[in-house]
Amino acid sequence: MVLKVKAQAGSFESSDILIMVEPVAKGTGRTIELKSIVMQQFGDDVLQQINRDLDHYNIDDIRIIVNDKGALPPTISARLETALKRSAQVQAGTLTK
Amino acid sequence: MKNILNIEIPDNLNGIGSLEPFQGAFTKLKKGWMEEKTVPPPNKAKMPHSSKLCKTLREAIEKTKPYSGMTVSFHHHLRGGDDIVVNSIRILAELGIKDITLASSSLTSAHDALLPFFKDGTITQVFSSGIRGELGKAIAQGVLPKPFVIHSHGGRVRCVHTGKIKIDLAIIAASAADEEGNATGTHGKSAFGSMGYATIDSWYAKQVVVVTDNIVDYPCVPQSITQNYIDYVVEVNSIGDPTKIAGGSTRITKAPMDLQIARLAANVIEKSGELKEGFSFQVGAGGASLAVAKYIRKIMKKTNTKGSFVLGGVTSVGVDMLNEGLFSSIFDVQSFDAEVSSSLMKNPYHIEIPAGVYANPFNCGCMTNKLDIVVLGALEIDTDFNVNVITGSEGYVRGASGGHSDTASGANLTVVVCPSFRGRIPIVKEKVHTIVTPGESIDVLVTERGICVNPNRPELKQNLIDGGIEVKDIHDLAKEVEGITGKAKPIETTDRIVGIVEYRDGTVIDVIRQVVE
Repeated sequence: MVLKVKAQAGSFESSDILIMVEPVAKGTGRTIELKSIVMQQFGDDVLQQINRDLDHYNIDDIRIIVNDKGALPPTISARLETALKRSAQVQAGTLTK
Repeated sequence: MKNILNIEIPDNLNGIGSLEPFQGAFTKLKKGWMEEKTVPPPNKAKMPHSSKLCKTLREAIEKTKPYSGMTVSFHHHLRGGDDIVVNSIRILAELGIKDITLASSSLTSAHDALLPFFKDGTITQVFSSGIRGELGKAIAQGVLPKPFVIHSHGGRVRCVHTGKIKIDLAIIAASAADEEGNATGTHGKSAFGSMGYATIDSWYAKQVVVVTDNIVDYPCVPQSITQNYIDYVVEVNSIGDPTKIAGGSTRITKAPMDLQIARLAANVIEKSGELKEGFSFQVGAGGASLAVAKYIRKIMKKTNTKGSFVLGGVTSVGVDMLNEGLFSSIFDVQSFDAEVSSSLMKNPYHIEIPAGVYANPFNCGCMTNKLDIVVLGALEIDTDFNVNVITGSEGYVRGASGGHSDTASGANLTVVVCPSFRGRIPIVKEKVHTIVTPGESIDVLVTERGICVNPNRPELKQNLIDGGIEVKDIHDLAKEVEGITGKAKPIETTDRIVGIVEYRDGTVIDVIRQVVE
C-alpha cells in the first residue's frame, strides 16, 4: 500500500484508539509514537500488533501517532486499517488473512 | 509465614509490629472471644457551667496540646466535600507537629491536598479503610516511612477498642452541634446523615473536638454524638463544600452494561432461594450494585414480598423502598445523599447505628451477621473468588475496603457484580493483585459474560440451574476474558511492603508492595 496523505481514524473515547498516519520518505523506516492508558499492561502488545499489521500491508516507511484508550485488538486493527486506507486514498477492501 | 491464601506475610513489620496471618474468615471468631484486651477509654472531668467553646479550630487544636508522634482521627461522612481533615492537618503542621499517624475512617479524592504533608514528614503513617487519588498513588510508590494499614469498617472499631489505633485527638465534623458537643449530621446546611463511623472515636480518643458550621441552641437533637465525650466545640464558617457533601439523590447508572449486569444479578437473587418474606438487604452505592436495588424493588412488588431491614451505606433508593413499605426499617451507618439525611431525621424506622453495631466482629453480634443478601462490587476477582477492592490495574491504591469483607462474611448470599473486563483490563482473572475479601465469603459472581457460583455452594448452583440460569465455571470465564483482552503484564513491584490489608478480625490477608515506576 502506498501512503499519499496524512490521515486519521478512531477517537479519544474510552475503549477506542486514535491513530494518525503520515507518509514519510522511502527508507526512513517506521516511527510509532504510542500513548496508552494501559501502557504498563499492554503497551508492548499494542506495538507488536501495529507492526504485524504494517507488515501485512507491506508498509515500511511511516510515521504513526497512536493514542490508545484501552482498545481491544480488533478495534486497533480496524482503526489502523481505516487510517492507512484513508492515507492511501483507497477505501475498498478489508484486512484478510 | 504464609497465610491460608498462600500469601507470604512477614512475622514482623517495622512500624507496625508482629503480624498474624489470615487463617480463614471465622477461625478467630468461632472461639467466641478475642485474645487482645480492650483498652480502657480515658477518664475526664469538667466543672459545671464551664465552656467548651473555642473561637477557631486552631485554638481548639492548641488546647489539646498536640505533640509529634500523635495519632489524629477523623470520619469520612463529609465524603468528597470534606475540608476538615486537610484544614486540621495544615494547622498541626503550622504548629510544627511531625510524625502524625492519620487515622481517618476513610480518605477520598477531597484529601489530595494532604500530599505535601505526606512528603514532609508531618504524616508518617495512615490507618484507613480507603485511599484514593494522588494519595493512593504516592502511598503505593512508598512516600510514607511506615507501612499504611487498610482496615474494614468493622475492623476499624476493633482496632480502636484494642488500642491498635490509639487516638490522641479525634476531630469530629458535624452539621449541627450545641455548646456542649452534642452533635448530629442529620440537619444543617452541610447535612450528611449518619455519623456511624465517628462514634467509636468519641468514646476512645484522649481528646475530642467537635467542629461544626451550625451551632444550635442547647441541646442539639438528635444526639448522634453525646456531650459526655466531648472536650471542645468549635464553630467554623464551613466544614466543606455542601454540594459535594450533600449532593442530590444518588442516580442509578444509565450505562447499558451496568444495567444488564444488574438485571442478571436481580434474576440470580430471585432464583437463589434467599429472596423470601422478611429478608434483609444491603447494596453498595456504586454502578451496577445500586442498580440491582432498582430491579429487586420491581421483583418485590411483583411477588408481593416484604423485607425486614436495609443495612449499611444507605442511598435514596433504600429510603424509597422503606417509604413504599417494602422494608420495615433501615439501619444506617453512612448516608450517601441528601434525601437519606432528611429521612434519618424524620422517620423513626430509619435508625442511625455506630460502626460497631454495623460490622465489628468482636462484640456479641453485629448487624452484618443478620444479613440475608448483599450485593457488592469488585475491582478484580480471581478464580478462587478472592476479591480486590483496593488496588487498581497499575498497583496504586484507588479504592476502599469499606464494609466489603464485613458484609460478605455475614450475608447468606453474597453477590459480586462487575464487568468481566473494563476497557482492556481483565477483571475476572487467575490472580488478583491484592486480596481484601476472601473467596470463601463470596457465593456468586455476576458479569455480563457469565454467572459463576462458588463451588462451596452447590445447592445455590442447583437453585440457579433449576431457575433456568446458565452457570459458568469461573476458570472458563477467566480464560474467555484473557482471550479477548490478551494477557496483561503483571504489575512490577519491589520487595518493600508499603502497606498491609487487615482482615476484619485483625489478621493480615494481604500486603501491598511498592510499585516500580
